[in-house]
Amino acid sequence: MASARPRPLSPHLSIWRWRVHAIVSITHRITGNAMAFAAVPIFVWWLAAAATGEEAYGTFYDLARGPLGYIVAIGFTWSFFQHMGSGLRHLVMDTGAGYEIQTARRSATAVFVFGVVMTLLFWGAIYLTKGFE
Amino acid sequence: MGTGTQLGRVRGLGTAKSGTDHWWKQRITAISNLGLVLWFVISLVRLPDLTYATIVAWLQQPIAAVPLVLMIVSVFYHFRLGSQVLIEDYVHHEGNKVLAVLLLNFFALALGFTAVFSVLKIAFGAV
Repeated sequence: MASARPRPLSPHLSIWRWRVHAIVSITHRITGNAMAFAAVPIFVWWLAAAATGEEAYGTFYDLARGPLGYIVAIGFTWSFFQHMGSGLRHLVMDTGAGYEIQTARRSATAVFVFGVVMTLLFWGAIYLTKGFE
Repeated sequence: MGTGTQLGRVRGLGTAKSGTDHWWKQRITAISNLGLVLWFVISLVRLPDLTYATIVAWLQQPIAAVPLVLMIVSVFYHFRLGSQVLIEDYVHHEGNKVLAVLLLNFFALALGFTAVFSVLKIAFGAV
């Protein structure tokens, strides 16, 4: 039974590597909390500005239409679709389905594809119907 | 939940002392978010523009104001639950953890009430 290398001992809490299932999981947490602590305050600023008056709204509107506004908006659009995709995956797995290694890996990859494709479709539709200012 | 035996008092509650309540509400608000946030982003894109006059006119319709208030309640409840888990996972000191969750609740409530008040002010024609 001479082995080329020692057989791994299990469990190993400190020896592991990133796989797509782990990345989709931490991305769910990061996108969710980024939206909670950044997109939500921006959303409230937008609403409160509209409720305050035209001048306050104008301050928000001018900033939102600048390059920074587009970067933030596209970033949070991706966050939203990514979080929505991994959230739907959570709801399916809550039923006990999709835990086979192959299935879990495919669904995790599909979530990343979904997030990027939906963001491109969303902003592509805006660009084609209204154009970027 | 029974009160008679020791087993009856703890059955179904688990270590969190509140059973599956947190988990279940996270799921309920996830599903309501799905419909309401999609409605919101599609509605914004379908508006001719996002100028002050357009937004105010849009929110003065009950068909826009009511779903937006529902979305605020659903989204803010959902992120309060989700961010609480983030705090519980990473803040290990008990006092700091309680303080952080308290601040999270204040944050969610203060911003949530500001958002709802703003929608209602516009909807009732007070701007």
